[in-house]
Amino acid sequence: MSFVKGLSCRECGNIYPKAPVHVCEYCFGPLEITYDYDAVGKILSKSVIASRAPSMWRYAELLPLDNPPSVGLQTGMTPLVRADRLARRLGVRELWVKNDSVSHPTLSFKDRVVSVAISKAREFGIPIVACASTGNLANATAAQAASVGMTAVILIPHDLEPAKVMATSVYGAHVVGVKGTYDDVNRLCSEIAGKYGWGFVNVNLRPFYAEGSKSYGYEIAEQLGWKLPAHVITPMAGGSLITKIGKAFSELTKLGLCSAAKTKIHGAQAEGCAPIASMVIEGRDAMKPVKQPQTIAKSLAIGNPADAFYARQTMLGSGGFAAAPTDPEIIDGMRMLAETEGIFTETAGGVTMGATRRLIEQGHIGKDDGPVVICITGQGLKTQDPLVEVLPRPDLIGPRLADFDGLLGGPLRGLV
Amino acid sequence: MATVRIPTPLRKLTNGKEEIVTAGATVGELIASLEAQFPGIKERICDDAGKVRRFVNIFANDEDIRFLQNLDTPVKDSDEISIVPAIAGGLF
Repeated sequence: MSFVKGLSCRECGNIYPKAPVHVCEYCFGPLEITYDYDAVGKILSKSVIASRAPSMWRYAELLPLDNPPSVGLQTGMTPLVRADRLARRLGVRELWVKNDSVSHPTLSFKDRVVSVAISKAREFGIPIVACASTGNLANATAAQAASVGMTAVILIPHDLEPAKVMATSVYGAHVVGVKGTYDDVNRLCSEIAGKYGWGFVNVNLRPFYAEGSKSYGYEIAEQLGWKLPAHVITPMAGGSLITKIGKAFSELTKLGLCSAAKTKIHGAQAEGCAPIASMVIEGRDAMKPVKQPQTIAKSLAIGNPADAFYARQTMLGSGGFAAAPTDPEIIDGMRMLAETEGIFTETAGGVTMGATRRLIEQGHIGKDDGPVVICITGQGLKTQDPLVEVLPRPDLIGPRLADFDGLLGGPLRGLV
Repeated sequence: MATVRIPTPLRKLTNGKEEIVTAGATVGELIASLEAQFPGIKERICDDAGKVRRFVNIFANDEDIRFLQNLDTPVKDSDEISIVPAIAGGLF
């Protein structure tokens, strides 16, 4: 049973029936799923949710499917980790890491959005799924399509990290490298979707796909004991996740599952591609696209983000801010999270870490504010290249105790 | 007379024409002159307050007019003005 009323244009309010459409025909604004919250509220309670399996589908009434999901049944409910050692390093009282670097099945939060998008594509009877991707979405789409024997066509910029390309091809997907930026890939996908009617998870299925991100926000609240945090710091690429975390929190408040709290929602982008963050930092309302992104955080390197305006609105409307750390700060952030909490995140997580540090230093996040949640959305094993040059090499010895003992006067000094 | 490039979804209003050569000293005047020839086109490009809609981009010789002088951006005869929905491509 579905609680979806339909799609409505975020700009002009025009209403559309449920279909694989994402742009208002009249004013070109993006379409958003609307729900019958009164009906949802009659069914969804804390105890009902608690009785369900630990996956994103425990919030099914707030996700846009008509039937039970057919892919990604185990996706979601990743750990929310109390991060006291990191809190001490950063100088805040209460810090948590929402850790989607261990998301099932492909180790990024994109598993959530793809679970919704491909389940929805199957409801629509679409036989072929596709996406434009900076890597993580490619992995998720390829894997989840394979799990139900669907054909997947994945379009990526030609210069992605080898680990992300390999972790797409292995599922038997058709992978097409496009000589251009992500924005070129995205434009091409719009044209292919229009011509062939395939289900592009982040193009014509985007309104449904994007709703999957809300589960990340619901889980934060539930795992904090049905409490909304004081601050959330989230990475931004297209700007969808941050917007949907905002929507998730306001839905929980509307449904009475959480009491209203003024969560400040902050956004993180890399300095080398910060079209949304710079709007907030520089106080502009027009987004200036970045023609040639230059950053090691390739998964966030979207120069012309679709949801920039609403992402900005989410930050400013919540009292949040933005930060855009440099590549060295990104690497420092990856290392700090690994060294303090034992969590290895990808470069995008380094961006969120670097931004959190800056926001604390600048006073946007107060040291004694309530819970601060850092959104870690991807896995470090996928983006190892930037670390190769900076991490120490192993000490090399022969297989004799005397050789090992030799280290005790050097690198292992003080251990015995 | 400047050339205005019309995107696919608005060509129903221009009798299928992809390019319209029309007169105007600014981008705003060009849109007014388009409206005079093809009634209904302006409301698709501009909101009720007369500002360019958020998900419509207008480029004057490849430069987004939001970073020039918006609708007051001056136009020369040889200029090419493109109207591009933010979601570009053959979607409609």
